[in-house]
Amino acid sequence: MTDSKYFTTTKKGEIFELKAELNSDKKEKKKEAVKKVIASMTVGKDVSALFPDVVNCMQTDNLELKKLVYLYLMNYAKSQPDMAIMAVNTFVKDCEDPNPLIRALAVRTMGCIRVDKITEYLCEPLRKCLKDEDPYVRKTAAVCVAKLHDINAQLVEDQGFLDTLKDLISDSNPMVVANAVAALSEIAESHPSSNLLDLNPQSINKLLTALNECTEWGQIFILDCLANYMPKDDREAQSICERVTPRLSHANSAVVLSAVKVLMKFMEMLSKDLDYYGTLLKKLAPPLVTLLSAEPELQYVALRNINLIVQKRPEILKHEMKVFFVKYNDPIYVKLEKLDIMIRLASQANIAQVLAELKEYATEVDVDFVRKAVRAIGRCAIKVEQSAERCVSTLLDLIQTKVNYVVQEAIVVIKDIFRKYPNKYESVIATLCENLDSLDEPEARAAMIWIVGEYAERIDNADELLESFLEGFHDESTQVQLQLLTAIVKLFLKKPTETQELVQQVLSLATQDSDNPDLRDRGYIYWRLLSTDPVAAKEVVLAEKPLISEETDLIEPTLLDELICYIGTLASVYHKPPSAFVEGSRGVVHKSLPPRTGSSESAESPDTAPSGVQAAEQPAVIPTQGDLLGDLLNLDLGPPVSGPPIATSSVQMGAVDLLGGGLDSLMGDESEGMGGSGSFAPAPSTAVPTNLGAPLGSGLGDLFDLTGGVGTLSGSYVAPKTVWLPAMKAKGLEISGTFSRQVGSISMDLVLTNKALQVMSDFAIQFNRNSFGLAPAAPLQVHAPLAPNQSVEISLPLNTVGSVMKMDPLNNLQVAVKNNIDVFYFSTLYPLHILFVEDGKMERQMFLATWKDIPNENEAQFQIKDCSLNADAVSSKLQGSNIFTIAKRNVEGQDMLYQSLKLTNGIWVLAELRIQPSNPSFTLSLKCRAPEVSQYVYQAYETILKN
Amino acid sequence: MIHSLFLINCSGDIFLEKHWKSVVSQSVCDYFFEAQEKAIDVENVPPVISTPHHYLISIYRDKIFFVSVIQTEVPPLFVIEFLHRVADTFQDYFGECSETAIKDNVVIVYELLEEMLDNGFPLATESNILKELIKPPTILRSVVNSITGSSNVGDTLPTGQLSNIPWRRAGVKYTNNEAYFDVIEEIDAIIDKSGSTVFAEIQGVIDSCIKLSGMPDLSLSFMNPRLLDDVSFHPCIRFKRWESERVLSFIPPDGNFRLISYRVSSQNLVAIPVYVKHTISFKEYSSSGRFDVTIGPKQNMGKTVEGVVMTVHMPKAVLNMNLTATQGSYTFDPVTKVLTWDVGKITPQKLPNLKGIVNLQSGAPKPEENPSLNIQFKIQQLAISGLKVNRLDMYGEKYKPFKGVKYITKAGKFQVRT
Repeated sequence: MTDSKYFTTTKKGEIFELKAELNSDKKEKKKEAVKKVIASMTVGKDVSALFPDVVNCMQTDNLELKKLVYLYLMNYAKSQPDMAIMAVNTFVKDCEDPNPLIRALAVRTMGCIRVDKITEYLCEPLRKCLKDEDPYVRKTAAVCVAKLHDINAQLVEDQGFLDTLKDLISDSNPMVVANAVAALSEIAESHPSSNLLDLNPQSINKLLTALNECTEWGQIFILDCLANYMPKDDREAQSICERVTPRLSHANSAVVLSAVKVLMKFMEMLSKDLDYYGTLLKKLAPPLVTLLSAEPELQYVALRNINLIVQKRPEILKHEMKVFFVKYNDPIYVKLEKLDIMIRLASQANIAQVLAELKEYATEVDVDFVRKAVRAIGRCAIKVEQSAERCVSTLLDLIQTKVNYVVQEAIVVIKDIFRKYPNKYESVIATLCENLDSLDEPEARAAMIWIVGEYAERIDNADELLESFLEGFHDESTQVQLQLLTAIVKLFLKKPTETQELVQQVLSLATQDSDNPDLRDRGYIYWRLLSTDPVAAKEVVLAEKPLISEETDLIEPTLLDELICYIGTLASVYHKPPSAFVEGSRGVVHKSLPPRTGSSESAESPDTAPSGVQAAEQPAVIPTQGDLLGDLLNLDLGPPVSGPPIATSSVQMGAVDLLGGGLDSLMGDESEGMGGSGSFAPAPSTAVPTNLGAPLGSGLGDLFDLTGGVGTLSGSYVAPKTVWLPAMKAKGLEISGTFSRQVGSISMDLVLTNKALQVMSDFAIQFNRNSFGLAPAAPLQVHAPLAPNQSVEISLPLNTVGSVMKMDPLNNLQVAVKNNIDVFYFSTLYPLHILFVEDGKMERQMFLATWKDIPNENEAQFQIKDCSLNADAVSSKLQGSNIFTIAKRNVEGQDMLYQSLKLTNGIWVLAELRIQPSNPSFTLSLKCRAPEVSQYVYQAYETILKN
Repeated sequence: MIHSLFLINCSGDIFLEKHWKSVVSQSVCDYFFEAQEKAIDVENVPPVISTPHHYLISIYRDKIFFVSVIQTEVPPLFVIEFLHRVADTFQDYFGECSETAIKDNVVIVYELLEEMLDNGFPLATESNILKELIKPPTILRSVVNSITGSSNVGDTLPTGQLSNIPWRRAGVKYTNNEAYFDVIEEIDAIIDKSGSTVFAEIQGVIDSCIKLSGMPDLSLSFMNPRLLDDVSFHPCIRFKRWESERVLSFIPPDGNFRLISYRVSSQNLVAIPVYVKHTISFKEYSSSGRFDVTIGPKQNMGKTVEGVVMTVHMPKAVLNMNLTATQGSYTFDPVTKVLTWDVGKITPQKLPNLKGIVNLQSGAPKPEENPSLNIQFKIQQLAISGLKVNRLDMYGEKYKPFKGVKYITKAGKFQVRT
């Protein structure tokens, strides 16, 4: 006798038959009929037509029948609102029943009837039940408030149910407390500002007491609620931690993870010198490991969270590497996560074990997993320098297997290893080249091409290899095309004689036959560079690349701190803050870790103190100018920096600014015209700049014509403002700005624009240490909060007494800006002429002596092109920016200007500027005791003269 | 909180749905099916899937997908734990958690789900309480019900929910008072090609069956409690007592439950009770290979290793296998490529061996990957970690209970790489 019999009637008159049975006089028949109705309902059959008949059965003493009717009501009341009113009376009556089970059942069911008309009838019974003498009824009523709030929030507030609910937090019964907390948390989620869970030490104490006695689910709600509390000092934090730690031994993994969240968060406040801090760290490891022996679904969520914990506090699990070893029958989603954590935990101490495992994994069946394992070997090499050699040989072994996807992955990671350890493992290039033909994935092809281009001088037949790729140029993916373009240009710069044809071919393919704007842009840049100044081209294209950082995929520290506050939630599974994905993101409140308040402000801590602004020590996050240049020109394959770096900083250098402004618009306007003109095959190394304008129309001429405002005449030249921090990157805050120098004082002129929907306030700014000790001389003053769509202009005075650290490039400045929402980082380049001081004029005699005194190898020569000013105009223009002309001579029709300038840190720079009347190209010779500044002085010259 | 639940069988039919708030259309499961298709293998469906308006959190148990729909930020572990609890409850009520059992008892299932969750908040998940509210089906009861018209829904207040010990029902009465403890240890291990242990740990549990009248207060002590440094407790255990005295002190739930689970980590040396000698090789360019595996006992403290079963996922290129077993029997499924060798008991005098020829698809390249051997075994009367129960005392009740402790060691995820 099973319930399946209820499904057997499939005759046409089924509903009719049921109707008759429901109205039968016999109790038993009625009940059977209701059961049949419920059975049909559960499988999705529509039995709503029976509504009045079923409701008629509600008046009964039989509890089972009552429950079944309630089930039915909950399901169909919505579609029959008028009928549902019939049921109200019974509910009201049941709420008065002497049996608390009936009272609770009634209040529970009432809340599930999502019909507006009914809700108002429910308020009175609900109010009574919230104050019921029986805790079972009270706890059920607490949940009912949340239900009602979901249906009609206004009603709940007007009726004062929220206050009653808050009172229940102090209830004597732990179950009631837990449900009140759960209900309030759910309501609070839709009212982030309402401050429903206003926690104070007394209520915290209540919660901690209830924590020990309530059900496992209640413990989860209470722990999650505790995590939102901000203890007033480290002592309070410690006492909460002490009372939460026993939860780590709970059998329910959700309780364990919620407890871990509370501990991870409050630990932030404890001093690291405390004995308790160490004890706590030790206590955290076993429960986390235990989570991994649970069902695979639990393991997955646990692993995603462990991934965060390991990044925040690697010391917790550093001895537990082995538990992350992969079993061959783990589900793939568990395997991939384990692998990720293995790499994070890899260190010199355990690298041998890890490598042996990874090698094992690389021969498994699952393609995705194998790929990731191969990649992981490369990441180990980059992370643990001592293991690099072994990793490379392991990778070579794997390449010998000739398994196609293994070979491809291996090549991709070997490229990264080359970037990390240049000039160490290039002997393997020959082996790599053998596998050229088997590469069919864009990433692997691009990596191989990069290697060929980068080491063109060591590969005899580099030109042949690259040429072979060129045949199918248009069928390649953009990634490969871009890489091929760069590689051939590199090859050309290294072996100019034999590859001229090749470079012309690729440039014309890229610029004329492609409709990909990126490719064309890059093509034009190279072409332009090669044609105007091969020396500069060499410097740019073959520039030394910044080393890639150790950890390529760390979560950005501010995000990590935020995610730590969300351990155990969906946010922790997706590694995104809730605001990024929660439906409608109804004003999600940002959570942040509490500041450390312990006695010793531990400076040795590797983690960033979350309070205040700190731009230092985060090289992986700020796209440095070096990365930027590299990325633009040839390093597309490099490790992911956060977002497209071109958008995050402005550059005053000619070559790069082309991309930002001129070229884009040029391409847009002129693309058809250019396609047709066809006659501008680049003429490497011999181009005459004046002719450039002709084939391209006016467009190219504009390239150097930085449109936009020209600086004021009273001070030195001020570049137009550019966007430094786009709104996209900074949660709605856009910052654009420029630097200026007027009457001896430097300032950073900023425009802050609020493109978000909320008001911004509490702005602050801080600079990282930089080459010339630039620092804000006053705090960032934004007087009123910045309303949405408003902007404010601020001039921030700067001084040069900050701490000094040599940056690369020299004029790189890393800036952190804080507001009430978050902390944002960006970097920018400042033009060097803001550092030229007013007393930079040298005595003639002194000039001559110094010029002779500085060794000739310190002299640097530059070309300033396309400048049509005469000597006097040049002289006065430069003087405005504190470059002083000491003497002027005329030698064989050429004007020679001898100039001097002094930097804020006392470095003198001497210059000789040669101007030929017929030639718009000036020659600038710079001599300085610190030759590294010359290049930037030259840039300053160029910027000043061209504007 | 948990919004809705869909139960889906392996062929992709939604055979049960339950909504705790408003109704969510079945079409939301299309996202799940999409992920399922992508995952190919049923085990590989990711447990958390996001859709434009909902999140789907699922578990896979006994060939059924339990797919829950949530709309707001809810701890996924909370949902997953709950879903497992639902599956456990079905198992408990119907003896098996299968599509047929659920369909046969659909009304009870519906009532259970209603009791377990209210508006997405867990309500009653303890088996003791649920059984008081909804009586499990038995053949006798359904016959009686149909004759007398009584129902399987209790009309008492679930009293346990209000007391300080919500896990125990009141008024328990037995004529024979018994308390049994099973110490079950599973060895998870990875053994590498050369036979050395890459990773090994012991996952232990103490499962209890307590049938004691009234409100017994038990304390269980161990000879060597130091072994237990990583433990998860049933809520009934008094944590403070454990911290201070290393004694398990508790008022037990009635019936079967898991008292503690523990992990003996790799820091302590884990004894591996069997060794495996193996040669599995495939010849280049000839479509065959050799297979030779011997299993032997080691360090088993005088106990017999029994119930030995070896399963191997052979590479795809394997067509069939021609083997001879000195003991037990083997089967090879040419579709799934799974080789199963049911060895039985190992006698040290004559070690079981399985060897022969592997036939490969002709022309297929030599398989790159070497299959891992999955070993199962059982050792009665032994807890491999050495854990031993010292004594069990009962307070609070007058009668003298019958006590029993049983030990068993099993292979958990025990893998030998070749």
